[in-house]
Amino acid sequence: MRVGPPLWLLLELTYRCPLHCVFCYNPTEFAALGAELPASEWMRVLREARALGAVQLGLSGGEPLARDDLEPIVAEAHALGFYTNLITSGVGMTEERIRALKSAGLDHIQLSFQDSTRELNDFLSSTRTFDLKARVAELIRRYDYPMVLNVVLHRLNIDHVGEILAMAESLGAQYVELANTQYYGWAWLNRAHLLPSRAQLERAEEVTRAFRARVGSRMQIYFVVPDYFETRPKACMNGLGSVFLAIAPDGTALPCHAARMLPGLEFPNVREHDVRSIWYDSAAFNHFRGEAWMKEPCRSCPERQRDFGGCRCQAYLLTGDATNADPVCELAPHHHLVTAAVAEAERGVAAGTSALVFRDHRISIAVEPRRGAPPAR
Amino acid sequence: MSALSAHARPAIAHGMRLQWEPAQEAHVLLYPEGMVKLNGSAGAILARCDGVRTVAEIVADLERAFATADLTADVTAFVELALERRWLELRA
Repeated sequence: MRVGPPLWLLLELTYRCPLHCVFCYNPTEFAALGAELPASEWMRVLREARALGAVQLGLSGGEPLARDDLEPIVAEAHALGFYTNLITSGVGMTEERIRALKSAGLDHIQLSFQDSTRELNDFLSSTRTFDLKARVAELIRRYDYPMVLNVVLHRLNIDHVGEILAMAESLGAQYVELANTQYYGWAWLNRAHLLPSRAQLERAEEVTRAFRARVGSRMQIYFVVPDYFETRPKACMNGLGSVFLAIAPDGTALPCHAARMLPGLEFPNVREHDVRSIWYDSAAFNHFRGEAWMKEPCRSCPERQRDFGGCRCQAYLLTGDATNADPVCELAPHHHLVTAAVAEAERGVAAGTSALVFRDHRISIAVEPRRGAPPAR
Repeated sequence: MSALSAHARPAIAHGMRLQWEPAQEAHVLLYPEGMVKLNGSAGAILARCDGVRTVAEIVADLERAFATADLTADVTAFVELALERRWLELRA
Protein backbone atom coordinates (compact mmCIF):
# COMPACT_ATOMS: atom_id res chain seq x y z
CA MET A 1 0.00 0.00 0.00
CA ARG A 2 1.08 3.54 -0.68
CA VAL A 3 1.79 5.39 2.55
CA GLY A 4 0.93 9.10 2.51
CA PRO A 5 2.55 11.79 4.63
CA PRO A 6 1.77 12.39 8.33
CA LEU A 7 -0.46 15.41 7.64
CA TRP A 8 -1.44 15.79 11.29
CA LEU A 9 1.29 16.17 13.85
CA LEU A 10 0.51 16.26 17.56
CA LEU A 11 3.23 17.25 19.98
CA GLU A 12 2.43 16.37 23.55
CA LEU A 13 4.95 18.79 24.95
CA THR A 14 4.60 17.73 28.56
CA TYR A 15 2.52 15.48 30.78
CA ARG A 16 2.70 18.09 33.52
CA CYS A 17 -0.73 19.54 34.15
CA PRO A 18 -2.15 21.66 36.94
CA LEU A 19 -5.52 19.93 36.56
CA HIS A 20 -6.44 16.45 37.77
CA CYS A 21 -9.23 15.51 35.37
CA VAL A 22 -10.89 12.16 35.93
CA PHE A 23 -11.42 11.68 32.17
CA CYS A 24 -7.87 12.43 31.03
CA TYR A 25 -6.68 10.17 28.22
CA ASN A 26 -3.01 10.51 29.15
CA PRO A 27 -1.39 7.23 30.13
CA THR A 28 -1.96 6.44 33.80
CA GLU A 29 1.76 5.74 34.11
CA PHE A 30 2.74 9.19 32.76
CA ALA A 31 4.86 10.02 35.81
CA ALA A 32 7.10 7.00 35.19
CA LEU A 33 7.90 7.96 31.60
CA GLY A 34 11.13 9.60 30.51
CA ALA A 35 12.24 13.22 30.56
CA GLU A 36 10.64 15.81 28.29
CA LEU A 37 12.36 16.72 25.06
CA PRO A 38 14.10 20.09 25.08
CA ALA A 39 12.84 22.80 22.70
CA SER A 40 15.75 22.21 20.32
CA GLU A 41 14.58 18.62 19.81
CA TRP A 42 10.96 19.64 19.32
CA MET A 43 12.12 22.09 16.68
CA ARG A 44 14.05 19.38 14.88
CA VAL A 45 10.93 17.19 14.93
CA LEU A 46 8.95 20.10 13.47
CA ARG A 47 11.43 20.59 10.65
CA GLU A 48 11.59 16.89 9.81
CA ALA A 49 7.83 16.39 9.91
CA ARG A 50 7.16 19.52 7.85
CA ALA A 51 9.61 18.28 5.22
CA LEU A 52 7.47 15.13 4.93
CA GLY A 53 4.32 17.22 4.43
CA ALA A 54 2.92 17.61 7.96
CA VAL A 55 0.82 20.77 8.03
CA GLN A 56 -1.71 20.67 10.88
CA LEU A 57 0.02 20.93 14.22
CA GLY A 58 -1.52 20.29 17.61
CA LEU A 59 0.37 21.41 20.70
CA SER A 60 -1.03 19.67 23.73
CA GLY A 61 -0.04 17.69 26.78
CA GLY A 62 -0.63 17.69 29.71
CA GLU A 63 -0.87 21.42 29.76
CA PRO A 64 1.39 22.86 27.05
CA LEU A 65 1.50 26.23 28.84
CA ALA A 66 3.43 24.45 31.60
CA ARG A 67 6.41 24.77 29.27
CA ASP A 68 7.99 28.19 29.38
CA ASP A 69 9.57 27.57 25.96
CA LEU A 70 6.22 27.13 24.21
CA GLU A 71 6.55 30.48 22.42
CA PRO A 72 9.80 29.70 20.53
CA ILE A 73 8.38 26.28 19.58
CA VAL A 74 5.29 28.00 18.13
CA ALA A 75 7.48 30.53 16.32
CA GLU A 76 9.48 27.75 14.67
CA ALA A 77 6.30 25.91 13.66
CA HIS A 78 4.80 29.06 12.19
CA ALA A 79 7.95 29.88 10.25
CA LEU A 80 7.85 26.37 8.78
CA GLY A 81 4.28 26.84 7.52
CA PHE A 82 2.33 24.79 10.04
CA TYR A 83 -1.18 25.76 11.04
CA THR A 84 -0.68 25.84 14.79
CA ASN A 85 -3.35 24.80 17.29
CA LEU A 86 -2.85 25.18 21.02
CA ILE A 87 -4.96 22.77 23.04
CA THR A 88 -5.11 24.12 26.54
CA SER A 89 -7.00 24.24 29.81
CA GLY A 90 -6.03 27.90 29.94
CA VAL A 91 -4.15 27.48 33.19
CA GLY A 92 -0.93 29.42 32.80
CA MET A 93 -2.30 31.77 30.15
CA THR A 94 -1.64 35.43 30.85
CA GLU A 95 -1.94 38.52 28.72
CA GLU A 96 1.83 38.56 28.35
CA ARG A 97 1.89 34.99 27.08
CA ILE A 98 -1.02 35.33 24.67
CA ARG A 99 0.61 38.44 23.22
CA ALA A 100 3.86 36.53 22.75
CA LEU A 101 2.04 33.53 21.24
CA LYS A 102 0.17 35.81 18.85
CA SER A 103 3.35 37.44 17.66
CA ALA A 104 4.98 33.99 17.37
CA GLY A 105 2.24 33.19 14.84
CA LEU A 106 -0.09 30.94 16.82
CA ASP A 107 -3.19 30.38 14.67
CA HIS A 108 -5.72 28.97 17.07
CA ILE A 109 -6.47 28.21 20.69
CA GLN A 110 -8.86 25.50 21.84
CA LEU A 111 -9.92 26.09 25.41
CA SER A 112 -11.31 23.24 27.48
CA PHE A 113 -14.02 23.57 30.07
CA GLN A 114 -14.98 20.77 32.39
CA ASP A 115 -18.52 22.03 32.95
CA SER A 116 -20.71 25.11 32.98
CA THR A 117 -20.81 25.44 36.73
CA ARG A 118 -17.94 26.54 38.87
CA GLU A 119 -18.60 23.77 41.35
CA LEU A 120 -18.53 20.89 38.91
CA ASN A 121 -15.74 22.35 36.78
CA ASP A 122 -13.58 22.63 39.85
CA PHE A 123 -14.59 19.26 41.25
CA LEU A 124 -14.00 17.34 38.02
CA SER A 125 -10.61 18.86 37.50
CA SER A 126 -9.92 18.98 41.22
CA THR A 127 -8.88 22.62 41.03
CA ARG A 128 -10.29 26.11 41.24
CA THR A 129 -10.06 27.11 37.64
CA PHE A 130 -13.45 28.18 36.40
CA ASP A 131 -12.98 31.94 36.84
CA LEU A 132 -9.57 31.67 35.31
CA LYS A 133 -11.03 29.99 32.23
CA ALA A 134 -13.58 32.74 31.82
CA ARG A 135 -10.73 35.28 31.94
CA VAL A 136 -8.74 33.29 29.38
CA ALA A 137 -11.78 33.17 27.09
CA GLU A 138 -11.85 36.95 27.29
CA LEU A 139 -8.15 37.11 26.35
CA ILE A 140 -8.77 34.77 23.41
CA ARG A 141 -11.51 37.07 22.18
CA ARG A 142 -9.46 40.20 22.70
CA TYR A 143 -6.50 38.78 20.80
CA ASP A 144 -8.76 38.08 17.86
CA TYR A 145 -8.73 34.29 17.93
CA PRO A 146 -11.77 32.29 16.98
CA MET A 147 -13.47 31.13 20.17
CA VAL A 148 -13.27 27.34 20.17
CA LEU A 149 -14.41 25.57 23.30
CA ASN A 150 -14.11 21.93 24.14
CA VAL A 151 -16.13 20.31 26.87
CA VAL A 152 -15.67 16.65 27.68
CA LEU A 153 -19.04 15.12 28.50
CA HIS A 154 -19.78 12.19 30.78
CA ARG A 155 -22.32 10.92 33.25
CA LEU A 156 -21.58 13.64 35.82
CA ASN A 157 -22.01 16.66 33.55
CA ILE A 158 -23.99 15.56 30.50
CA ASP A 159 -27.26 16.66 32.11
CA HIS A 160 -25.86 20.21 32.13
CA VAL A 161 -25.43 20.37 28.38
CA GLY A 162 -28.01 23.18 28.06
CA GLU A 163 -26.14 25.29 30.63
CA ILE A 164 -22.84 24.41 28.99
CA LEU A 165 -24.10 25.66 25.63
CA ALA A 166 -25.54 28.80 27.22
CA MET A 167 -22.16 29.47 28.83
CA ALA A 168 -20.45 28.93 25.48
CA GLU A 169 -22.83 31.37 23.84
CA SER A 170 -22.22 33.99 26.50
CA LEU A 171 -18.48 33.63 25.91
CA GLY A 172 -18.99 34.27 22.22
CA ALA A 173 -18.02 30.76 21.14
CA GLN A 174 -17.98 30.12 17.40
CA TYR A 175 -17.21 26.42 17.70
CA VAL A 176 -18.13 24.15 20.56
CA GLU A 177 -17.05 20.57 20.72
CA LEU A 178 -19.14 18.48 23.08
CA ALA A 179 -16.92 15.46 23.19
CA ASN A 180 -18.19 12.49 25.08
CA THR A 181 -15.45 10.82 27.03
CA GLN A 182 -13.44 8.16 25.27
CA TYR A 183 -12.30 5.44 27.59
CA TYR A 184 -8.52 5.43 27.67
CA GLY A 185 -6.01 6.33 30.36
CA TRP A 186 -7.61 7.84 33.44
CA ALA A 187 -11.06 7.75 31.86
CA TRP A 188 -10.70 3.97 31.51
CA LEU A 189 -10.00 3.69 35.24
CA ASN A 190 -13.10 5.77 35.95
CA ARG A 191 -15.39 4.31 33.31
CA ALA A 192 -18.04 3.08 35.74
CA HIS A 193 -18.48 6.65 36.97
CA LEU A 194 -18.33 8.34 33.60
CA LEU A 195 -20.37 6.31 31.13
CA PRO A 196 -23.78 7.98 30.82
CA SER A 197 -27.09 6.22 30.49
CA ARG A 198 -28.83 6.12 27.13
CA ALA A 199 -31.59 8.37 28.45
CA GLN A 200 -29.00 10.97 29.52
CA LEU A 201 -27.40 10.82 26.11
CA GLU A 202 -30.70 11.18 24.25
CA ARG A 203 -31.72 14.15 26.38
CA ALA A 204 -28.39 15.82 25.75
CA GLU A 205 -28.70 15.27 22.01
CA GLU A 206 -32.21 16.70 22.06
CA VAL A 207 -31.09 19.79 23.99
CA THR A 208 -28.22 20.24 21.55
CA ARG A 209 -30.55 19.95 18.54
CA ALA A 210 -32.90 22.58 19.96
CA PHE A 211 -29.98 24.89 20.77
CA ARG A 212 -28.59 24.51 17.25
CA ALA A 213 -31.95 25.37 15.77
CA ARG A 214 -32.04 28.54 17.86
CA VAL A 215 -28.52 29.87 17.22
CA GLY A 216 -28.24 28.78 13.59
CA SER A 217 -24.84 29.12 11.93
CA ARG A 218 -23.59 31.64 14.51
CA MET A 219 -22.27 28.78 16.61
CA GLN A 220 -21.14 25.45 15.24
CA ILE A 221 -21.67 22.64 17.66
CA TYR A 222 -20.09 19.24 17.30
CA PHE A 223 -21.63 16.53 19.41
CA VAL A 224 -19.34 13.53 19.59
CA VAL A 225 -21.40 10.51 20.64
CA PRO A 226 -19.71 8.09 23.03
CA ASP A 227 -18.81 5.23 20.79
CA TYR A 228 -20.07 2.63 23.28
CA PHE A 229 -23.55 3.60 22.08
CA GLU A 230 -22.76 3.10 18.42
CA THR A 231 -23.20 -0.03 16.34
CA ARG A 232 -20.18 0.59 14.16
CA PRO A 233 -16.72 1.64 15.32
CA LYS A 234 -15.05 4.97 14.65
CA ALA A 235 -12.51 5.08 11.83
CA CYS A 236 -9.90 5.69 14.50
CA MET A 237 -7.06 7.92 13.24
CA ASN A 238 -8.25 7.05 9.74
CA GLY A 239 -6.28 3.86 10.35
CA LEU A 240 -3.07 3.80 12.39
CA GLY A 241 -0.09 5.17 10.47
CA SER A 242 -2.28 6.79 7.83
CA VAL A 243 -2.23 10.56 8.52
CA PHE A 244 -1.61 11.08 12.24
CA LEU A 245 1.67 11.22 14.12
CA ALA A 246 1.90 11.95 17.83
CA ILE A 247 5.10 12.56 19.75
CA ALA A 248 4.89 11.99 23.50
CA PRO A 249 6.79 14.26 25.93
CA ASP A 250 9.65 11.75 26.19
CA GLY A 251 10.06 11.67 22.39
CA THR A 252 8.23 8.40 21.77
CA ALA A 253 6.57 8.50 18.36
CA LEU A 254 3.06 7.05 18.34
CA PRO A 255 0.43 6.50 15.62
CA CYS A 256 -2.20 7.61 18.17
CA HIS A 257 -1.66 9.35 21.48
CA ALA A 258 -3.05 6.30 23.32
CA ALA A 259 -1.09 3.69 21.34
CA ARG A 260 1.73 3.31 23.85
CA MET A 261 -0.38 0.65 25.57
CA LEU A 262 -0.36 -1.67 22.54
CA PRO A 263 1.75 -4.73 23.36
CA GLY A 264 4.56 -6.14 21.27
CA LEU A 265 5.35 -2.89 19.48
CA GLU A 266 8.60 -1.00 20.01
CA PHE A 267 7.63 2.58 19.36
CA PRO A 268 10.64 4.50 18.08
CA ASN A 269 11.91 7.62 19.82
CA VAL A 270 12.75 10.84 18.00
CA ARG A 271 15.90 11.08 20.12
CA GLU A 272 17.24 8.10 18.18
CA HIS A 273 15.51 8.20 14.81
CA ASP A 274 14.53 10.84 12.30
CA VAL A 275 10.84 11.38 11.59
CA ARG A 276 11.04 10.05 8.04
CA SER A 277 12.42 6.67 9.06
CA ILE A 278 9.96 6.49 11.97
CA TRP A 279 6.97 7.17 9.74
CA TYR A 280 7.90 5.13 6.69
CA ASP A 281 10.28 2.43 7.87
CA SER A 282 9.67 1.53 11.52
CA ALA A 283 8.04 -1.80 12.28
CA ALA A 284 5.72 -0.18 14.82
CA PHE A 285 4.24 2.30 12.33
CA ASN A 286 3.89 -0.33 9.62
CA HIS A 287 2.31 -2.91 11.89
CA PHE A 288 -1.31 -1.79 11.63
CA ARG A 289 -1.15 -0.38 8.13
CA GLY A 290 -3.15 -2.22 5.49
CA GLU A 291 -5.27 -5.22 6.35
CA ALA A 292 -2.80 -8.05 6.93
CA TRP A 293 -3.17 -7.74 10.71
CA MET A 294 -6.95 -8.09 10.64
CA LYS A 295 -8.86 -11.06 11.98
CA GLU A 296 -12.38 -12.07 11.13
CA PRO A 297 -14.93 -10.56 10.97
CA CYS A 298 -12.94 -7.49 9.88
CA ARG A 299 -10.79 -9.32 7.33
CA SER A 300 -13.73 -10.09 5.05
CA CYS A 301 -15.97 -7.20 6.12
CA PRO A 302 -17.20 -4.97 3.29
CA GLU A 303 -16.83 -1.98 5.65
CA ARG A 304 -13.17 -2.58 6.54
CA GLN A 305 -11.94 0.21 4.29
CA ARG A 306 -14.35 2.62 5.91
CA ASP A 307 -13.59 2.05 9.59
CA PHE A 308 -10.35 0.00 9.51
CA GLY A 309 -11.76 -2.28 12.20
CA GLY A 310 -12.17 0.62 14.63
CA CYS A 311 -9.79 1.46 17.44
CA ARG A 312 -6.86 -0.85 18.18
CA CYS A 313 -6.45 0.54 21.70
CA GLN A 314 -10.10 -0.07 22.50
CA ALA A 315 -9.88 -3.61 21.13
CA TYR A 316 -6.86 -4.19 23.34
CA LEU A 317 -8.27 -2.61 26.48
CA LEU A 318 -11.54 -4.51 26.24
CA THR A 319 -10.43 -7.88 24.87
CA GLY A 320 -6.70 -8.11 25.58
CA ASP A 321 -5.93 -8.52 21.87
CA ALA A 322 -5.32 -5.44 19.73
CA THR A 323 -6.06 -7.34 16.50
CA ASN A 324 -9.65 -8.11 17.46
CA ALA A 325 -12.49 -6.13 15.95
CA ASP A 326 -13.27 -3.06 18.04
CA PRO A 327 -16.00 -4.35 20.40
CA VAL A 328 -18.05 -1.23 19.67
CA CYS A 329 -18.97 -2.90 16.37
CA GLU A 330 -22.15 -4.96 16.67
CA LEU A 331 -20.54 -7.51 14.34
CA ALA A 332 -17.59 -7.99 16.71
CA PRO A 333 -17.45 -11.23 18.73
CA HIS A 334 -16.75 -9.13 21.85
CA HIS A 335 -19.57 -6.64 21.34
CA HIS A 336 -21.23 -8.02 24.48
CA LEU A 337 -18.47 -6.35 26.54
CA VAL A 338 -19.69 -2.97 25.34
CA THR A 339 -23.38 -3.75 25.71
CA ALA A 340 -22.67 -5.03 29.23
CA ALA A 341 -20.96 -1.75 30.13
CA VAL A 342 -23.89 0.21 28.71
CA ALA A 343 -26.37 -2.00 30.59
CA GLU A 344 -24.41 -1.38 33.78
CA ALA A 345 -24.56 2.36 33.15
CA GLU A 346 -28.35 2.03 32.83
CA ARG A 347 -28.46 0.64 36.34
CA GLY A 348 -26.39 3.50 37.73
CA VAL A 349 -23.06 3.45 39.50
CA ALA A 350 -23.05 0.21 41.47
CA ALA A 351 -22.51 0.16 45.21
CA GLY A 352 -18.95 -0.86 45.92
CA THR A 353 -17.53 0.83 42.82
CA SER A 354 -14.14 2.21 43.76
CA ALA A 355 -13.93 5.99 44.11
CA LEU A 356 -13.20 8.33 41.22
CA VAL A 357 -9.46 8.46 40.57
CA PHE A 358 -8.16 11.95 39.86
CA ARG A 359 -5.23 12.24 37.47
CA ASP A 360 -2.33 12.81 39.81
CA HIS A 361 1.43 12.46 39.82
CA ARG A 362 1.58 10.39 42.99
CA ILE A 363 -1.20 8.07 41.89
CA SER A 364 0.44 7.73 38.50
CA ILE A 365 3.56 6.37 40.14
CA ALA A 366 1.52 3.95 42.23
CA VAL A 367 -0.95 2.72 39.64
CA GLU A 368 -0.21 -0.35 37.54
CA PRO A 369 -0.60 0.23 33.83
CA ARG A 370 -3.94 -1.43 33.14
CA ARG A 371 -3.81 -3.58 30.09
CA GLY A 372 -6.56 -5.91 29.01
CA ALA A 373 -8.25 -5.64 32.38
CA PRO A 374 -11.64 -4.05 32.96
CA PRO A 375 -11.75 -0.74 34.80
CA ALA A 376 -11.16 -0.82 38.54
CA ARG A 377 -14.27 -1.97 40.34
CA MET B 1 -26.80 32.74 0.28
CA SER B 2 -28.21 33.59 -3.12
CA ALA B 3 -27.71 36.02 -5.96
CA LEU B 4 -24.05 36.70 -5.34
CA SER B 5 -23.17 40.06 -6.84
CA ALA B 6 -20.52 40.16 -9.55
CA HIS B 7 -19.13 43.16 -7.67
CA ALA B 8 -18.67 41.27 -4.41
CA ARG B 9 -15.09 40.94 -3.16
CA PRO B 10 -14.59 37.53 -1.56
CA ALA B 11 -11.65 36.88 0.74
CA ILE B 12 -10.38 33.87 2.64
CA ALA B 13 -12.34 33.94 5.89
CA HIS B 14 -10.80 35.15 9.10
CA GLY B 15 -8.96 32.35 10.91
CA MET B 16 -8.54 30.31 7.72
CA ARG B 17 -5.41 29.96 5.70
CA LEU B 18 -4.94 28.90 2.12
CA GLN B 19 -1.59 27.49 1.15
CA TRP B 20 0.04 25.36 -1.50
CA GLU B 21 1.29 22.06 -0.12
CA PRO B 22 3.96 20.43 -2.31
CA ALA B 23 3.59 17.08 -0.50
CA GLN B 24 -0.09 16.95 -1.47
CA GLU B 25 0.39 18.73 -4.80
CA ALA B 26 -2.65 20.78 -3.92
CA HIS B 27 -3.89 23.94 -2.31
CA VAL B 28 -5.19 23.20 1.16
CA LEU B 29 -7.43 25.29 3.34
CA LEU B 30 -6.38 25.22 6.96
CA TYR B 31 -8.61 26.15 9.86
CA PRO B 32 -8.89 25.30 13.56
CA GLU B 33 -8.14 21.59 13.78
CA GLY B 34 -9.20 20.99 10.22
CA MET B 35 -7.97 20.90 6.69
CA VAL B 36 -9.56 20.63 3.26
CA LYS B 37 -7.56 19.47 0.30
CA LEU B 38 -8.80 21.39 -2.71
CA ASN B 39 -9.05 20.16 -6.25
CA GLY B 40 -7.38 22.17 -8.98
CA SER B 41 -10.26 24.45 -9.88
CA ALA B 42 -11.28 25.12 -6.27
CA GLY B 43 -7.66 25.98 -5.48
CA ALA B 44 -7.41 28.27 -8.51
CA ILE B 45 -10.56 30.14 -7.49
CA LEU B 46 -9.71 30.50 -3.80
CA ALA B 47 -6.17 31.60 -4.58
CA ARG B 48 -7.71 34.63 -6.34
CA CYS B 49 -10.08 35.52 -3.50
CA ASP B 50 -7.96 38.28 -1.97
CA GLY B 51 -10.69 40.68 -0.87
CA VAL B 52 -9.60 43.10 -3.55
CA ARG B 53 -10.73 41.47 -6.77
CA THR B 54 -14.44 41.26 -7.51
CA VAL B 55 -16.13 38.03 -8.59
CA ALA B 56 -16.30 39.44 -12.13
CA GLU B 57 -12.55 40.12 -12.08
CA ILE B 58 -11.81 36.66 -10.71
CA VAL B 59 -13.88 35.10 -13.49
CA ALA B 60 -12.08 37.17 -16.13
CA ASP B 61 -8.70 36.26 -14.67
CA LEU B 62 -9.53 32.54 -14.62
CA GLU B 63 -10.87 32.65 -18.17
CA ARG B 64 -7.59 34.21 -19.26
CA ALA B 65 -5.43 31.82 -17.23
CA PHE B 66 -7.20 28.72 -18.49
CA ALA B 67 -7.94 30.06 -21.98
CA THR B 68 -11.62 29.38 -21.68
CA ALA B 69 -14.95 31.24 -21.50
CA ASP B 70 -18.26 31.09 -19.68
CA LEU B 71 -16.87 30.40 -16.18
CA THR B 72 -19.24 32.84 -14.48
CA ALA B 73 -21.81 30.26 -13.42
CA ASP B 74 -19.25 27.75 -12.15
CA VAL B 75 -17.21 30.32 -10.25
CA THR B 76 -20.29 31.96 -8.76
CA ALA B 77 -21.65 28.61 -7.62
CA PHE B 78 -18.36 27.68 -5.99
CA VAL B 79 -17.95 31.06 -4.28
CA GLU B 80 -21.49 30.74 -2.91
CA LEU B 81 -20.70 27.27 -1.59
CA ALA B 82 -17.46 28.51 -0.06
CA LEU B 83 -19.29 31.40 1.61
CA GLU B 84 -21.84 29.00 2.99
CA ARG B 85 -19.06 26.81 4.39
CA ARG B 86 -17.35 29.91 5.76
CA TRP B 87 -14.20 29.35 3.77
CA LEU B 88 -14.77 32.78 2.29
CA GLU B 89 -16.21 36.03 3.52
CA LEU B 90 -17.13 39.19 1.63
CA ARG B 91 -15.17 42.40 1.98
CA ALA B 92 -16.75 45.79 1.56
